[in-house]
Amino acid sequence: MIPTILFYAFAAILLIAAFGVITARNPVHAALFLVLAFVQSAALWLLMEAEFLAIVLVLVYVGAVMVLLLFVVMMLDINVETMREGFTRYVWIGGLVALLVAVEIGHVVWFRSEGMQFLSTPEPFPADYSNTRELGSVLYTEHVYAFEIAAVILLLAIVAAITLTMRRRPGLKAQNVAKQVAVRREDRVRLVKVEPTKD
Amino acid sequence: MDWLTGMLADTELRLTAVWAALPEFVRFVLVDLFKILVVVVPLFIAVAYFTYWERRIIGWIQNRLGPNRVGWEGVLQPFADLIKMLFKQVIVPGNANRFLFLLAPIVALIPALAVWAAVPMSESFVIADINAGLLYVLALTSMGVYGVILAGWASNSKYAFLGAMRCAAQIVAYEIAMGFALVGVLMAGGSLNLGDIVRAQEGTSVLSWFLWPLFPLFLVYFISGVAETNRSPFDVAEGESEIVAGFHVEYGGIGFGLFFVAEYANMILITALTATFFLGGWLSPFAGVPGLAETWIAAPSFGWLAAKMAFFSFCFLWFRATFPRYRYDQIMRLGWKVFIPITIVWIAVEGVMAAFEIGPWAAGI
Repeated sequence: MIPTILFYAFAAILLIAAFGVITARNPVHAALFLVLAFVQSAALWLLMEAEFLAIVLVLVYVGAVMVLLLFVVMMLDINVETMREGFTRYVWIGGLVALLVAVEIGHVVWFRSEGMQFLSTPEPFPADYSNTRELGSVLYTEHVYAFEIAAVILLLAIVAAITLTMRRRPGLKAQNVAKQVAVRREDRVRLVKVEPTKD
Repeated sequence: MDWLTGMLADTELRLTAVWAALPEFVRFVLVDLFKILVVVVPLFIAVAYFTYWERRIIGWIQNRLGPNRVGWEGVLQPFADLIKMLFKQVIVPGNANRFLFLLAPIVALIPALAVWAAVPMSESFVIADINAGLLYVLALTSMGVYGVILAGWASNSKYAFLGAMRCAAQIVAYEIAMGFALVGVLMAGGSLNLGDIVRAQEGTSVLSWFLWPLFPLFLVYFISGVAETNRSPFDVAEGESEIVAGFHVEYGGIGFGLFFVAEYANMILITALTATFFLGGWLSPFAGVPGLAETWIAAPSFGWLAAKMAFFSFCFLWFRATFPRYRYDQIMRLGWKVFIPITIVWIAVEGVMAAFEIGPWAAGI
């Protein structure tokens, strides 16, 4: 009873937030709506007892990705009106993509759900069930190669991102920390004996 | 006296009957509300007296008095400050985003309080004994940055915006080192549950605390905690000399007060988490000392956690009174180029120690 009420409350806020992301005039508001949407979907996952996924969603997307996105959006001076100019011209492509996504989701939910019981609430797990442990034992045994390949691809992305921004620019000023630390008082301070002026 | 005991017994019976008649859901909510009050009310009092002690202790360290006028030795000073802040007018700057400007202090405060749900206070008392407690703590502390960013952006002020940018970059940088340090704790404790992590440190003596095998991670975690809460010597986000007061420069009255409470609640949280992860939480440092085994001194209790938290709180003030502020590039260098490599190396060392069963991984400790 109460989980059902909570489910509909979170789902309703999630839909409103997702709608807000695409309709908000201010890009910062749109980004904040996206944060709200992430938090609501994490709450939905918590209701399904997938606490590891829910918390990692908040940790990665809300705590890191959206902070950086917000960072960028705040720095850019985006003019919303110019962004909306091509709206009518491209609306049919957007509509087509939306239709495709809707058909695919419908296909998954309606045609492949036989025997999978998508629409019924799953049985609650026993109290000592740990979602994290279960996920870890599957990830590190059955899917260990896929997991490691994903990790290597992510590492590649990190290295690539760093190389893209690490170009040598002429006139770049940088601190040499080793030199700064090695400095002694005698290098910087010179004590001068000044004769008092006599008048 | 008979009528009195009779009446008390009667009331007790009636209350028990009322309690039993309540639906299970209502009972659950009432018990949890009570638990939350038991944590939050002392937390607010601790925040109030943390501000007082901060001013007194830094005063003593710097050879001056600090506030000593309101009440005996100034003990009522926090309440005087609170009343002053409550009665000040709430001013919203022109061209500020009104909704977000007013929302930001609340967004800063909520994660700072919500994390306390997973922090075990003693062997038996924790509001929510959740499996993924360590991840929950990480997720919520990473949400604290939103209050700062929103405040800086919504104020429509360059100083506030610069402060928010500095703060956000700093928090994102140190969060990684903090997360890696906690990976080490997770490996040693073998659980994500904070209570189980403390129980894993239970042993013959102080030497079974994670402080010793994870000493570099302990240093990294606590220093990153100081940086995450934007405290001196990492307080460039406030930077009085350059950007006035940073992200909360446009706030006055209770809006400023909420940011203040959030900052101090976060500081106390860092002390509690450091004690839990590395110093055995509620465990007594005198456990296993001959002659004390059966006394209260060797018994685990909330008092020991409080003592450890008090020590780390003092460290926060000590740092503030002692160190000059870091330059911004030095902060970034320390976070990215020093702490993250240290934590990664120590995780590898831990892997070797676990493989060869050295230290806490040895059977029988």
